[in-house]
Amino acid sequence: MSDFIIITNNPLVKEKYEQEYPVEFQEDSFEETLKRARDRIYAGHRLLTHPLSGSVKPKETPYKSVLVSRKPGKLDMESVELIEQALGACGKFSFHPEKFGPEVFADFQLIDCTLLESALPSATAW
Amino acid sequence: MKLELGNIFIKDIQFGNESKIEDGVLYVNEEAVKELVLEDEKIKSVSLDIAKPGESVRITPVKDVIEPRVKVEGRGGIFPGIIAKVDTVGSGKTYALKGMAVVTAGKIVGFQEGIIDMSGPGADYTPFSKLNNLVVVCEPVDDVKQHEYEKAVRIAGFKVAVYLGELARELTPDETHVYETYGIMEGKEKFPDLPRVGYVQMLQSQGLLHDTYVYGVDAKRTLSTIISPTEVMDGAIVSGNCVSACDKNPTYVHENNPVVHDLFEQHGKTLNFVCQILTNENVYLADKMRSSDWTAKMCRFLDLDAVIVSQEGFGNPDTDLIMNCKKIEAEGVKTVIITDEYAGRDGKSQSLADADPAADAVVTGGNANQVIVLPKMDKVIGTLDYVNTIAGGNEHSLREDGTIEVEIQAITGATNETGFGYLSAR
Repeated sequence: MSDFIIITNNPLVKEKYEQEYPVEFQEDSFEETLKRARDRIYAGHRLLTHPLSGSVKPKETPYKSVLVSRKPGKLDMESVELIEQALGACGKFSFHPEKFGPEVFADFQLIDCTLLESALPSATAW
Repeated sequence: MKLELGNIFIKDIQFGNESKIEDGVLYVNEEAVKELVLEDEKIKSVSLDIAKPGESVRITPVKDVIEPRVKVEGRGGIFPGIIAKVDTVGSGKTYALKGMAVVTAGKIVGFQEGIIDMSGPGADYTPFSKLNNLVVVCEPVDDVKQHEYEKAVRIAGFKVAVYLGELARELTPDETHVYETYGIMEGKEKFPDLPRVGYVQMLQSQGLLHDTYVYGVDAKRTLSTIISPTEVMDGAIVSGNCVSACDKNPTYVHENNPVVHDLFEQHGKTLNFVCQILTNENVYLADKMRSSDWTAKMCRFLDLDAVIVSQEGFGNPDTDLIMNCKKIEAEGVKTVIITDEYAGRDGKSQSLADADPAADAVVTGGNANQVIVLPKMDKVIGTLDYVNTIAGGNEHSLREDGTIEVEIQAITGATNETGFGYLSAR
């Protein structure tokens, strides 16, 4: 049993990892996905990956995957700060789904998935 | 470590029957370069173009910008661990082709950005508009995975740069600069009264299209480490980062890092430039903690008085930047951090995703959300297919009259966080 849960709205992450790890998938927005992570954090789960993507800005991609600890514990203030800052940053950007073709959505899914993937060796190291 | 860097000024690039440099003109045999690029079976076709300052030319989407160099004396070769075999570089003699660059362009993902305008208002935002650019536009074979294609184009750019650099091997440089750093004790004895200053460079390292390589090693798999700044001048750090055009560090910026050059300018006069510390920007929070702990620890071990910290990218790396700043300051080492801002189109939003009172000396590369209208250009190298979908663009970006309204984050190098740009405040 892994020590983390993947919270995501990225169908590629769901498809690739749901056999191996607990994946909480919902078809919702970037911001709503961060809010799901926030709710987990307020329930005592710890944030394990940074809620903002690499250099792809919030809302400039529709997809987001976040790792949180599986077991809830004491409220972790660092996690609270990071998730609230990330939600704050969402307001600065706007996403226009109408401007992208289906192949670009596939690229967005891939990038989000590889950002998550880059965290997995560390997440499974102990 | 001591490096003599000889500059050879290139005032023009032309296609010719033979690749050579004569009287400051670089002649390029198109077929020879194409053959080199097509060695990689993942690249289906390649076209070459030349873009000169002042021309009505737009290059997009730009992947990397590279300055050709050649190692003429001393250990190793340019781009060690990638093109040259692994060997410690940074000493001896290196020649650089100044005033020109190899620019790789072509689509890797559908929302990829990166515009270089060679004239007009956009040219003022990118330092690469001032160079004679040999543009290499690659097309992938069908069904290649993005990461394989990214690697193929990345390596193709380095191969072309090394090929052109070799042409300068027997030339006499137009000017020579000498850069030298000392061992810890040696430096202390040489400059007993000067403050000991280091440069902490944060490398983007978050995964596909967000990677940086040090001697060929993916930076996300490294602990923070020490490097001599002269090693970096020989191409020890290369970019695999294709996202966030305005504040990513193309390989050209690593080779010519202005923080390194400005610190060397003051080295032995107002400060002792001890070394460069490399650290990464990973996704996993425990990695961020470990890397910033390690960086702060090294600043203390090296008995530094002050460091300059430069960031690469925005958002997630803001957290690494602030962690580094806080922890280094807590060791009693003063910091100046260099970042850029996403302060909204009106400039009124909070600029960074993270902050701390310890970050009381901040240099900004500019507001990446600033809007600019780029006029139509007579010629486009690459493709405009993606201008509407790049970061900083929207569905109205590409207008019917051919002008483009974008945020400056779409322009390669516009808000660079090593200060490699033209934005300033009055």
